Amino acid sequence: MTSIAAEGWRLSDSVSLRPEPFGALAYDFATRRLSFLKTPSLVAVVQSLAASPTVADALASAGVPETERPAYLDALSGLAATGILTRKDGA
Amino acid sequence: MTITAERPATGRLVDLFEYGLDAPICLTWELTYACNLACVHCLSSSGRRDPDELTTAEAKALIDEFERMQIFYVNIGGGEPTVRPDFWELLDYAVQHHVGVKFSTNGFRITPERARKIAATPYVDVQISLDGATADVNDAVRGPGTYDAALRAMGNLRDAGMRDFKLSVVCTRFNIGQLDEFKAIADRFGAQLRLTRLRPSGRGADVWSELHPLPEQQRELYDWLVAHGEGVLTGDSFFHLSAYGDALPGLNLCGAGRVVCLVDPIGDVYACPFAIHDTFLAGSVRDGGFGHVWRDSALFAELRSPQTGGACTRCSAYDSCRGGCMAAKFFTGLPLDGPDPECVKGHAADGLAVAGARPAPSRDHSHTGPVRAQPVALTLQRRPPDRSCDESPLAGVR
Repeated sequence: MTSIAAEGWRLSDSVSLRPEPFGALAYDFATRRLSFLKTPSLVAVVQSLAASPTVADALASAGVPETERPAYLDALSGLAATGILTRKDGA
Repeated sequence: MTITAERPATGRLVDLFEYGLDAPICLTWELTYACNLACVHCLSSSGRRDPDELTTAEAKALIDEFERMQIFYVNIGGGEPTVRPDFWELLDYAVQHHVGVKFSTNGFRITPERARKIAATPYVDVQISLDGATADVNDAVRGPGTYDAALRAMGNLRDAGMRDFKLSVVCTRFNIGQLDEFKAIADRFGAQLRLTRLRPSGRGADVWSELHPLPEQQRELYDWLVAHGEGVLTGDSFFHLSAYGDALPGLNLCGAGRVVCLVDPIGDVYACPFAIHDTFLAGSVRDGGFGHVWRDSALFAELRSPQTGGACTRCSAYDSCRGGCMAAKFFTGLPLDGPDPECVKGHAADGLAVAGARPAPSRDHSHTGPVRAQPVALTLQRRPPDRSCDESPLAGVR
């Protein structure tokens, strides 16, 4: 499985985040699909994607410890697979 | 500030949800109690319009509040929502304010023209109600002509290019054997099948004992749901069946007042769509707005505090079914901290045998005169209503 760490990703235009005590709800108005970001720190990472050239940069700027990054990359890959996140170059 | 139990920061999502969210995930808004039908199992006892219904202006203000609270979509129902003269205006208003709409309808008013409008409006989804895969099974519950009307509406939606709209089925003793046929109908119209549980709510209480699936049918339903996975929607309404083994897809908990609630046509907020009763009335949107009720209602605070589970906590399946459906227990006269009336382990049998009187309805908007599409029971015999003796402490005991 290829990692998305070196790529630039952002929240899709059709997706809205609603902060919640456990993290956030992510709703895709295009697919009517509701997803859950299960921790506040994952929400912080997703929110920092826009201003970060790569996913790895976003993890660093959100202060995610090195040892926890693989788990975050898994979660972000999942969000990418369901269309919550989109590639920055639009490719 | 709401007084709620201290909320853990981490854990399984389902555990965190028990403490409630800042806004509901799934909000049902019954737009009117008026209905052109008289289905025997109507969960909201609909029929006649309530004279105190929210005005168009009040409804729009409520949509504004949903937008501020980031309630991404609402499930609109009734009654039959399309009989409200401002229905299509409110639909457009919601969509313009980033509140998606999924509305339930019997299909009578989904003309080819309306179907084209629905298909052309983003963020709008439709749910057509059908409770039998054949006209005889459906019409006995929903009324003559309702099967044809539902299929006509689905044809109009398909022809208009609408995809993945919902075919919504309440599972009963008479249609559990038709699950494959329902799936075939949905596939034929490019729709998605949605199966939900029959609740003893509203007029459903009058027919529940004759209509609810038999124990062996519950097993059949569970196996069918497991086999079809996420391809069939359930509104997460069958979590009491998870006690058979593997959990079903979706949230396996009672979301009442935690992630779910109901706004009724006059603006009253109830803990869930199946609990239209004073016991579960949290407040009114006319009294400080919806957000105030959601955040500050004493009833919701109580529902979000840790539940004891009562007798069920001693059961090995408690972790999967969590005691089942609050509304189903309440309207069958069972204690809320005991087993669900359809407990798959059979633990409710003793309770049902000695259950007290069924609670008398707090609201009833049923038609009082004849209706064009009056259901005529074929295989089921409706009991005479015992409204006249509801004052008696023995009402409902038989």
